[in-house]
Amino acid sequence: MKQKTVLHNLLLSLGAILCSLLIAAGVMLLVGYDPLEAYSALIEGAFGSKNAFANTLSKSIPLLFTGLAVAFANKGGIFNIGGEGQLYAGAMASTVTALMMQGAPRFLVIFCSFCAGMLAGACVGAIIGAAKIKLQVNEVVVAIMLNYIIQYFTSYIVTYPLKQEGAMTAQTVDIGANYMLTKLIPKTQLTTALLVAVAAAILLFFFFKKTRAGYHIRAVGENKSAAQAAGIPMMTTAILTMGISGALAGLAGTTEVFGKMGRFIDGFSPGFGFTGIAVAVLANNHPMGILLSALLFGILEAGSMKMSYSAGISTSMVNVIQGLVILFVATPNIIRLIKRKKGES
Amino acid sequence: MYAVEMRGITKRFPGMIANDQIEFLVEKGEIHSLLGENGAGKTTLMKILFGLYQPDGGSIKINGNEIKHQTAVKAFEMGLGMVHQHFMLIDNMTVWENIVLGSEPGNFMIDRKKGKEIVKHLSEKYHFDLDVDAKISEISVGMKQRVEILKTLYRGAEIIILDEPTAVLTPLEVEQLLQILLEMKKEGKTIIFITHKLKETMAVSDHVTILRSGKSVEFLKTTETTEKELAALMVGYEIDMTLERKKVEKGETILSLQNVRLLPQAEKTVDLEIRAGEILGIAGVEGNGQQQLEEMIMGLEKVKCGKIFFKQEEITGMSVKERCKRGIGYIPSDRYKRAILPGFSLKDNYLLGNQYKDSYARKGMLNQEYIEKKTKELMEKFDVRAVNGDQLIGALSGGNQQKLVLSREVDKDPDLILACQPVRGLDIGAIKFIHNVLLELRNQGKAVLLISAELSDLFQLSDRIGVLYKGEMMSLQETEKYTTESISLLMAGKKGV
Amino acid sequence: MDSILSMEMLLSTLRMAIPLVLASVGGTLCERSGIINLGIEGMMLSGAFGAVYGTYISGNPWIGVLFAILVGGLFGILHAVLCIRFKTNQSVSGIGINVFVSGLTIVLTRAVWKSDGMSGQVEKLPAVSIPGLKELPVIGTLFTEQSPYLFITAGIVLGAWFFMYRTKAGLRLRAIGDHPQAAQTVGINVSLYRYVAVTFCGMLCGLAGGYLSIVQSNLFVKEMVAGRGFMALAAMILGGWNPLGALCASLVFAFAQALRISLKVEIPNQLMLMLPYFITLFVLLFFGRKVKGPQAAGNIEE
Repeated sequence: MKQKTVLHNLLLSLGAILCSLLIAAGVMLLVGYDPLEAYSALIEGAFGSKNAFANTLSKSIPLLFTGLAVAFANKGGIFNIGGEGQLYAGAMASTVTALMMQGAPRFLVIFCSFCAGMLAGACVGAIIGAAKIKLQVNEVVVAIMLNYIIQYFTSYIVTYPLKQEGAMTAQTVDIGANYMLTKLIPKTQLTTALLVAVAAAILLFFFFKKTRAGYHIRAVGENKSAAQAAGIPMMTTAILTMGISGALAGLAGTTEVFGKMGRFIDGFSPGFGFTGIAVAVLANNHPMGILLSALLFGILEAGSMKMSYSAGISTSMVNVIQGLVILFVATPNIIRLIKRKKGES
Repeated sequence: MYAVEMRGITKRFPGMIANDQIEFLVEKGEIHSLLGENGAGKTTLMKILFGLYQPDGGSIKINGNEIKHQTAVKAFEMGLGMVHQHFMLIDNMTVWENIVLGSEPGNFMIDRKKGKEIVKHLSEKYHFDLDVDAKISEISVGMKQRVEILKTLYRGAEIIILDEPTAVLTPLEVEQLLQILLEMKKEGKTIIFITHKLKETMAVSDHVTILRSGKSVEFLKTTETTEKELAALMVGYEIDMTLERKKVEKGETILSLQNVRLLPQAEKTVDLEIRAGEILGIAGVEGNGQQQLEEMIMGLEKVKCGKIFFKQEEITGMSVKERCKRGIGYIPSDRYKRAILPGFSLKDNYLLGNQYKDSYARKGMLNQEYIEKKTKELMEKFDVRAVNGDQLIGALSGGNQQKLVLSREVDKDPDLILACQPVRGLDIGAIKFIHNVLLELRNQGKAVLLISAELSDLFQLSDRIGVLYKGEMMSLQETEKYTTESISLLMAGKKGV
Repeated sequence: MDSILSMEMLLSTLRMAIPLVLASVGGTLCERSGIINLGIEGMMLSGAFGAVYGTYISGNPWIGVLFAILVGGLFGILHAVLCIRFKTNQSVSGIGINVFVSGLTIVLTRAVWKSDGMSGQVEKLPAVSIPGLKELPVIGTLFTEQSPYLFITAGIVLGAWFFMYRTKAGLRLRAIGDHPQAAQTVGINVSLYRYVAVTFCGMLCGLAGGYLSIVQSNLFVKEMVAGRGFMALAAMILGGWNPLGALCASLVFAFAQALRISLKVEIPNQLMLMLPYFITLFVLLFFGRKVKGPQAAGNIEE
């Protein structure tokens, strides 16, 4: 029975992608662009050369993390829309740590910075989870408020106290080239961060399958009342769920700093947190599916520059496609979600 | 001419046939009882009549007119009214608002004054005694039912269908309802009465149609039959419901409640004790504190006043996890909500509540082999009918789901089993099985707290019975000391028997 | 600080509140029918764009307002169809609309004005003065040289309240949000009410967006709603899903925004921008529990 569901889901997801691409093509035609030109430019931009493909993969990395973050929280019955704030918190925390540890050995700096990034994201997530259980407030609105608060706050930090002297944009100083992650392919942005992301996906898969904590989270996500009656602690589980989810999102920000930017730059995220929702929904919250789903969105992001250059369409066309994918793919999932909601109310 | 004429009605749902070529004929101005066990297809049939479901085959005539594609609106226009088993009332709105909803007086704005007046007038005509301005959330269950009935009368219903109306009433309220039905019959109304209770059928109905497993098996004149015959027709064979309760030495006190306030409005608090080797039954109409009792013992609701002790240890402030650890098994009254994970497999459901045990999960890692083994073992032992442990629990029948829950809890070898409405909605076979298990536990020296709305269950199984009314324990004594009348009166709040 | 309670502050607050009020009243109607709407942000953004485009091609800002309403309504219908007919997860549908609109508006600004994310300038909606009322002492300024939106919004709030609590249709709407099966059994067409409520919500959100682009400003800039849609959501929740409550909550949030502009102290821009969200979060965390919403929101069974 499990086999059938996986294939079934895969087909549904593919169908959703196809429909989205078709409608996006329609929009392009309406506005006066050539969809064929656009899509071929997209493919070329994403796969045209070894370097292009490497960049495609590197664009998938933050989406892998935010996708895993959303999917993880969904398994536990919580909708984490706060990925954006969590990743900024993670990026800032890891940058600051690295800046404070200048001169220390490479491994130590990277290790501590990553921990700081995960911790920062985890804290933000934990606040959302705790508020949901203790104060019974809607996690969506809390998360969104935190998104804006954190974004503005980190923006403030990088515009005033930590701003690099004489820089044109709001950014911190360089953390130092020797503290950056190793590139997997030279002259590209593809770093070992990819391996970290894949490892995280695999770890999460086994986490849910084999551990008690994973069972707790799934049980709460399936039927909160029954989980409660079985002695599973609500507050602890919610904090664990959102904490891990937040940590994953925090890693998205951290790997952007240590893999690409080398510093904290104001407003560096083009909405990774929200795209993560699309990634998770497309993969039906399955850790392994997220690998494929994030790749798809990475292709869209990577190809969008070429598409814009060759066919003259705004890069935001990619957002249009993403939005369509979300809308199409959310529909068949309702059966699963109805079952879950029945147990919750 | 019949008021209602349903012939050859068939309705299928995925995996089962709810109605199979059913014949159902109701004369004008009579009270007709539609009798059958849970799951026999009675509610489905009436929902078809009312337009909430469409039949897959058959014909419907109301007052001689053939109906195709019935809808709720059309049903109203034809003078049909339905009082549902699960109330369709809006808690936040008042009595009169609920009654006029959908047919409010006024053109665009609601004529509030007129609405209240009409409702008041109707309430007085039938001696319903309703406070039209009260919020639904504030009134009693018996009153809520009257609101439902008034909804149909407000719309001028001539044919009124009542779905298991007495399930939630005290014996006194049942009497009052039956009187109301006779009043309505005098006014020329036709009444269809869905039930599985034999006494009420015999008390007021003119004719009775018996459904069994989706088929209409018999149509009788009430005066020409007996309860015993009806019972046999309902199940299809003679049932022997007697159980032997042998004498058992009572052991130490397992659970004790001291001064616990179950409901905020209760004047008195509750004291009770259960000892090893006994079954303490709690009687009472649902909604009188049973849920609070159940949840406070398990730790799902905070005890604001009083203390709870488990084997001499105070557990009042303990978490659910701690209580389970100490040896309390729980069969929740709301199985779907509290006892199972609907979308998960049987194995995952057997794990629920056991996940802290070393054998099931050591050092945070699940022991899949053990879970697999245990699942198989318990499924066999308790006759849980399913394909295998990987099947989703949602595919199982209610009886098998309950057996899973029971087997899971019993296997924990608890000292106290909290069995809440354990046989509600189950078929006779499952009921008997579960009864035997509970008795066996008692014989082995466990303590059982049995909360049930079915007096027959309580009388058969319990050593002592306590009666709950509005959160207070009206009486607590040996089963033998009660009679059906005395316990009914206590359940209705009448003391001094 | 001496000007906090002045007429200036009041007017400033009212002006900032208008988009929040319109969107939160829209959200109230939508959720009262049992449909969650996280797409308010996107619907407002679409209205903002629509208003500018409509003004651009016609030269008349009132046509812009009309466009804003129509475009917002269009996305309202989309959400309605997805949630009601196809039983899509309502939260995800709303997010999808936000992402879609966010991208689409930028693509369109590039197509129309050749600039990524910024339109050309258009005519603003002219302010009006109400003769007679503007002569009144003290409150006369409320009727002098104000955007017509101020009066439209007031009318909508009162109209919405009246509709919900005094009309038959309003009673039925509230019933649907609390107990759709009960409403259905008395013959109410639940789906119809939901379609209308959600579409109307879209229209109001579109209208709100129009205010941002052709009243408060005179052009469209990408992401110009900047989270106000979500603030409106919070206002709806705090307002207890009641139009008057939504009004009050919106005023509180608007006051926080107005404070940012009027405070004379030198505080970094970003910290001031944070303020409204901070206050929203604070109020939500400490008072959010007290209000009860439509009991059956988010569940579409059958």
